Amino acid sequence: MSFPWAKHYTPTHPFMQWMDEKLPLPRLVYNSVGSGYPVPRNLNYFWNFGFLAMACLMLQIVTGIVLAMHYAANQAVAFTSVEHIMRDVNWGWMLRYAHANGASAFFVVIYIHIFRGLFYGSYKAPREMVWLLGVVIFLLMMATAFMGYVLPWGQMSFWGAKVITGLFGAFPVVGEGIQQWLLGGFAPDNAALNRFFSLHYLLPFVIVGVVVLHIWALHIPGSNNPTGVEVKSESDTVPFFPYYIAKDGWFIGAAALVYCVFVFFMPNALGHPDNYIPANSMSTPALIVPEWYFWPFYAILRAFTSDFFIIPAKLMGVLAMFSAILVWFFLPWLDRSPVRSSAYRPLYRKFFWFGLIPAVLLLGYCGGAHAAEPYLMLSQIGAFYYFAHFLIILPIVSAIERPDPLPFSITEAVLGSDDNALLGTAEGSPHDTPAPAA
Amino acid sequence: MAEEAITESPDTVAGDGVRRRDFINIAAVSAAGVAGVAVLVPLISQMAPSADVLAASSTEVDISAIQPGQAIKAVFRNQPVFVRNLTPKEIAAANAVDISSLRDPQTLEERTLAGKENWLITMGVCTHLGCVPLGAGEGENKGEFGGYFCPCHGSAYDTAARIRKGPAPKNLEVPEYAFTSETVVKIG
Repeated sequence: MSFPWAKHYTPTHPFMQWMDEKLPLPRLVYNSVGSGYPVPRNLNYFWNFGFLAMACLMLQIVTGIVLAMHYAANQAVAFTSVEHIMRDVNWGWMLRYAHANGASAFFVVIYIHIFRGLFYGSYKAPREMVWLLGVVIFLLMMATAFMGYVLPWGQMSFWGAKVITGLFGAFPVVGEGIQQWLLGGFAPDNAALNRFFSLHYLLPFVIVGVVVLHIWALHIPGSNNPTGVEVKSESDTVPFFPYYIAKDGWFIGAAALVYCVFVFFMPNALGHPDNYIPANSMSTPALIVPEWYFWPFYAILRAFTSDFFIIPAKLMGVLAMFSAILVWFFLPWLDRSPVRSSAYRPLYRKFFWFGLIPAVLLLGYCGGAHAAEPYLMLSQIGAFYYFAHFLIILPIVSAIERPDPLPFSITEAVLGSDDNALLGTAEGSPHDTPAPAA
Repeated sequence: MAEEAITESPDTVAGDGVRRRDFINIAAVSAAGVAGVAVLVPLISQMAPSADVLAASSTEVDISAIQPGQAIKAVFRNQPVFVRNLTPKEIAAANAVDISSLRDPQTLEERTLAGKENWLITMGVCTHLGCVPLGAGEGENKGEFGGYFCPCHGSAYDTAARIRKGPAPKNLEVPEYAFTSETVVKIG
């Protein structure tokens, strides 16, 4: 499960020795996030976002559990109980703002984490399973975030629930039945609110379970790195503890500063004012949009405005929206290039920076805008390019591209030559290098 | 004696090579499988609409105060229902449309009760994703076809509440209803 030079866990204290015999939990920690896990020495800051995502998940679970002690999942009092948290519960305002902005923070981190995987080819063999489990985590996160947003039972909560469950109504024959089954009624009501609360509490723990699998699968081949070249020798790695624990710890502090600016100085900047109006099934808000992290997918949903052969526009939009994520499951096999890192893929890099990234940003912008021209046409262009990137451009580019020469090893990429890597001695010490011939 | 018992194979049934142990295996696994599926039935169907939700599924509406050209929003199954008194001009506009050009072809007659063609009663639920269209309230945007307009994704309905433009696939749904008197409609 690790490289041969990984340090071995050797407890010295008799209690730890006893513990290691009965339940080797400290050994597991040591080998997973301790000195027993060698990591490429050249990771850049993009590699901090996995650890940061874990911190976000913990933040959401801790704040969520305490909020659940004060929240009431009943259609008659849910809105009031949230106001009770905001006004009456000790520190309630902070806990709720921490949780609401924590969701946004989690998605920022996870989008950068996904971006990292896409740019440096972390989804490729031998890490396909890491990627697939990551997509599962992302889907679970989306479901959890959506159901959490319904709980305050404001206008956006209610109409968000109605529109999203309405998606399932698009399927022919069985659609309406599925929608009523999901809601437990004909429209979102107490039954829907209750089950959303139940699942919103459950799913984070399911996410924790899949995260364990994600990390387990990662630790079999070990972490990718900015060169995409696999680890060859001990000089290519440093132990996770203390090197990356220290770096991750520092980075969490830096990220927390940005997060705290939102929590304490603009806690509602990412929300919608309409959600401070109690749910009203008789009146739709003028503009229904989901939270910002769903905008690109919402734009794809709305991009289909006319029927596509025999498939109605509505069903087509729903299928396209789900496919936009499902296509990620096929990514390790759509990109056939053996070179992982975009740093050595000149052609892919151009399509990535000037194609995929602008397309996703454009979709995100359109998803938050009114469903009118020119946003619909821009959404259509963005959606077309998005799918074309994965299904057409990526397979062709990976077949015709001539990658730049790769460094021999991580050490060579970092130090210029493997000869400069002198383990156990002062690195690059002038005494160790032969004097140039006079 | 013991050897004899084995060669006599007391655990085969009628000498066809099926051992009693195989039979017990298959029976036990089958029973567990059937029981497992049976357990799913209540776990899944508990999520369907409950009896009280289903019971609250009819509404009576007093329509005596609705003048021609006006509409009201009533509540039916926790969803809005539009009751609209069409003007003769609106009826003429609805009948002037070429049915074959519609996405969901229906005449106004098919969407109203005989002798009550001016009473257009539809769900106030856009067939796209379930928003409440505008147009029933005083001064609301009726869209370019004079019926209803959904602000969410821009679907426009005509004076017979038929879909004319935008992403919605169907006309506004006409619920089951009956006139219990000249001024009262029972929906559902």
